[in-house]
Amino acid sequence: MSKILRVVRPNILANLNYGLRRNLQTSTKLCLDGVKVRSKYPGALDSYFSHELKFITPTEAIDTYRVMDENGVISHPENEPGVSQEFATKIYQDMITLNSMDNILYDAQRQGRISFYMTSYGEEGQIGSAAALTPEDVIYGQYREAGVILHRGFTLDEFMNQCYSNMHDVGKGRQMPVHYGSKKLNFQTISSPLATQIPQASGAAYALKMEGKKAVVMCYFGEGAASEGDFHPALNMAATLNCPVIFYCRNNGFAISTPSNEQYRGDGIAARGIGYGVDTIRVDGNDVWAVYNATKTARARALEHNKPILIEAMTYRVGHHSTSDDSTAYRSKQEVEDWKRLDNPITRTRKWLEAKGWWDQTKEDEFRKKIRKDILTAFSKAESVVKPPVEELFNDVYDTLPLHLQKQKREMEEHVKKYPEFYPTKAFAQKN
Amino acid sequence: MIKLLNQRSLVNILSKNNVLPSSRLLLNKKFHASASISAESPPPAEGFHPGVAHSQFIKKNRDEALRNPELIGTGVEHGETKKLNLFQSVNDAMSIALATDEKSVVFGEDVAFGGVFRATMGLAETFGKDRVFNTPLTEQGIAGFAIGMAAMGHTAIAEMQFADYIFPAFDQIVNEAAKYRYRSGGIFDVGGLTFRSPCSAVGHGGLYHSQSPEAFFPHASGLKVVMPRSPIQAKGLLLASIRDRNPVIFFEPKILYRAAVEHVPVGDYELPLGKAEVLKSGKDVTILGWGSQIYALENAIQIAEEKFPGLSCELIDLRTIFPWDVETVVNSVNKTGRLVIAHEAPKTMGFAAEIASTVQEECFLRLEAPIQRVCGYDTPFPLVFEKFYVPDMHRCFEAIKNAVTY
Repeated sequence: MSKILRVVRPNILANLNYGLRRNLQTSTKLCLDGVKVRSKYPGALDSYFSHELKFITPTEAIDTYRVMDENGVISHPENEPGVSQEFATKIYQDMITLNSMDNILYDAQRQGRISFYMTSYGEEGQIGSAAALTPEDVIYGQYREAGVILHRGFTLDEFMNQCYSNMHDVGKGRQMPVHYGSKKLNFQTISSPLATQIPQASGAAYALKMEGKKAVVMCYFGEGAASEGDFHPALNMAATLNCPVIFYCRNNGFAISTPSNEQYRGDGIAARGIGYGVDTIRVDGNDVWAVYNATKTARARALEHNKPILIEAMTYRVGHHSTSDDSTAYRSKQEVEDWKRLDNPITRTRKWLEAKGWWDQTKEDEFRKKIRKDILTAFSKAESVVKPPVEELFNDVYDTLPLHLQKQKREMEEHVKKYPEFYPTKAFAQKN
Repeated sequence: MIKLLNQRSLVNILSKNNVLPSSRLLLNKKFHASASISAESPPPAEGFHPGVAHSQFIKKNRDEALRNPELIGTGVEHGETKKLNLFQSVNDAMSIALATDEKSVVFGEDVAFGGVFRATMGLAETFGKDRVFNTPLTEQGIAGFAIGMAAMGHTAIAEMQFADYIFPAFDQIVNEAAKYRYRSGGIFDVGGLTFRSPCSAVGHGGLYHSQSPEAFFPHASGLKVVMPRSPIQAKGLLLASIRDRNPVIFFEPKILYRAAVEHVPVGDYELPLGKAEVLKSGKDVTILGWGSQIYALENAIQIAEEKFPGLSCELIDLRTIFPWDVETVVNSVNKTGRLVIAHEAPKTMGFAAEIASTVQEECFLRLEAPIQRVCGYDTPFPLVFEKFYVPDMHRCFEAIKNAVTY
C-alpha cells in the first residue's frame, strides 16, 4: 500500500483530500469509500491524514504481567513455568545466597573492612531473568545485578575477592567493590558511569548476529539510568539495526533519593519502547516466574526476528542505594518495612515452592545455615589475601606497556624504595 | 633548494574542489562567502604560496613513494603505486581492512552512500550493507555501539562526521573505551576499535567544522591518537590503527582530502604508530607539527632558510599524537638546542604544552632558547577571521626567527 501511494503524484493526493474533506466531514479520518488516505511523507508512511486537530495524550498505563501473587499463588495455570524442582530450587537458593551475602558484606562495609557495597534487597527476582538465558548470552549490567552473575556461576570466592580487591580479583583490584565481571560467564565488567553499557549492548548484539551465534545480549539498567542520553541511541540503534538484545529495566522507584515521579512523567520506561519500535512488556519484578517467562519469550523473539525487546520489571529498592546512602533521609522506614513484609520476591517464591512440596522449613534452615557459613568462609579467606602486585597499577592501560608508562612505573618504584615507611607495601603481593 | 610556489594557492584549490561538502549545518552559501573572502586576501608574502600540492613531502611518482624505509618488509616496497588523494587512500585502507578481516565493519552517519567526504565510497556495494552501514544520528550511540562490537572481538571502524561532533561521545570514549581493558583486569578489551574523524581548518568551517580536538584525548589514559599528513601516511597509519589492539582515534585533516595527492602503494602496508618521522634533517632548530600543519611549517622553513642563509631546520611530523615519540623529538632537540611546535588547536592545554614541558625536562641543559609554541588562539574557531586565527607560515616563520635569534 505504502509503496503504491509513494508513486502517486502529490497533486492527485491533494485533489483526493480536498474531495474527501468535502464529502466526509463527519469522519475522523479522511476516507473515500471507506478507504483512508495515507500520508505520503517519508518520515511516517504508515500515517493517515485526519481533519481532526487532536493532540495525542498519554492514556492508560501498560499492564504489569504477573504469574503469581504475593502469596505465591498462580491464578492462570497456563502461566505456570514448566520447570523442574532442581531448576526452581536453584533459583530460590540463589535468592537466599544473594540476600545472605548482602547482609554480610553490608555489615563488613559498616565495620570498615571493605570500602563500599551495594545490596540487591527486594530485587532478587532478577534471578528469574538470568535463569531464562543460556551461557552463550552476553550480559551487560549496571551494578545491582549480583544475582544474575551469581546464578551464572560466579563463586563466593570471586565475589569476595573483588570486594576485597585482593590479588585473586580478576579485576586486579582496580575498581570499586561490586564492579564484577567474568569472561568465563559472559558477563561484561561493570563500570560506574550509568547507562553507558546500553548502546554497547546494542553493538555487542549486532556482533553476535554477524557471527550467526544463537545468542542474545541481555542489558540491565535502572529507571534512573534510562534518563541518560545513552538510553536513547541504544534503543534506537538496536531497532534500526535489528539487534537481538533484551533491554531489562529494573524500575525500583528510586534513583538514589530521586523518586520515579521526578525521573519521568510518561508511563514508566516501558511506554518509551513503543516509540522506538521496540516490542515491550512490563512485568512484576517481584514475581520470579513473570520475570522468567517474559525473558524466555523475549529471548526467543529477539533471536527469531533479530530485534530488540524491552522489559520493564517493576520492583522496589528495599535497601539503601549504597553504603554511602541513608535512605531514611528521603523515605519513611514504614514504607520500606511494608515492602519487606508484604511483597518480597524471596517470600513469594518460597510460598510457591512450599505449595509444590519442593521446600520446607527444615530445608530453609539448613540451607540458610550452610550458605551463611560458606559466605563467611569465603569472606575470611578473601580478607587474608594480599592485594595485587603494585606494578599492576600500570598494566592493561594499553595492550603493552608504552615507554612513558615504563618510565612512570620506574619512578614510582624508586620513590617507594626511597620512602618505604610511607607506603603499605607489605599489604601487596611481590612482583609477578 | 628553495622552490617558489607560484601556482594556485590552497584556498583556491579548496574553493574550486569544494572540499567541504554540504553537511547538516553548512549551507552551500558559505562556500561562496569563503571564495569572496579569499579573493580579498592579501597576496602571499615572500613569494610563497602555502600549498600541499607543491610540497616536497608529497610523493610524485612510484620511486619516491617506495623510497620510504618504513615500507621495507611490508611487501609493497617493490609493488605498484597509484595516484590517490587523501580521502581515496583512507577508502583504500578501509577496503583492505574489510577484505582482510571478516569481523571488520564500517559505520557512522551517512557512510553507506559513500560518506559526506566520499571516504567510504563503494564499500557498502563491495562488502555488503551488513558490514558498511548508516547509523542514526547519534555520536554517543555510535561510540557505544562500536565499543560493544569491539568488546565482542570485532573490528569496529566508526566514523564521527566531523571531529567537532565527537564531544557527545566523549563519555563513551574517555570513561568506557579508554578504560575498558584496565578496569576489567585485562579480561575484556576494545582493541579492535578505531574512530575516524575529519578534523582541522578548511578555510570556512567556522566553529563546528574546523576543530582540532586531539589534545582532549591523551589525558584519558588508554587511547591512541593519530593524525596523518598525506595519502601514503593516511593509508599506512589507518591500517595500523585499525589493527592496533587499543582504541585509536584517527583524525583526518579534511583540508587534505582532495588537495593532497600522491603516489600510494597499492598493497597492504602499515606505518608504525608511536613513531615520529623526521621529514627534513637540520642542525639549528627542531620544528615539530602534525597533520596539515606540516605544510605551513614546510613553507615557514623555506622562508627562514632563505632569510637566514646557512640556517638549517629539522622538521618532524609527530604523526601519533599519543603515545608520542619522545625519543625522536628529544634526540632532535638535544642536537639543535631549539624547538618550535605548531598546531592549529588553541594554545592553552594544547598538545604543544605537553611536548614543551617534557622537552624542558629532558633537554634542559641543551635548550638555547625558550620553546616556541605557534598555535590557534584561545578562542573558538572563527569563520571570517580564519586567516588571522590559524598558525600560518608567517606566524610559524616568526616563531622560528624568535627561536634562532634569541
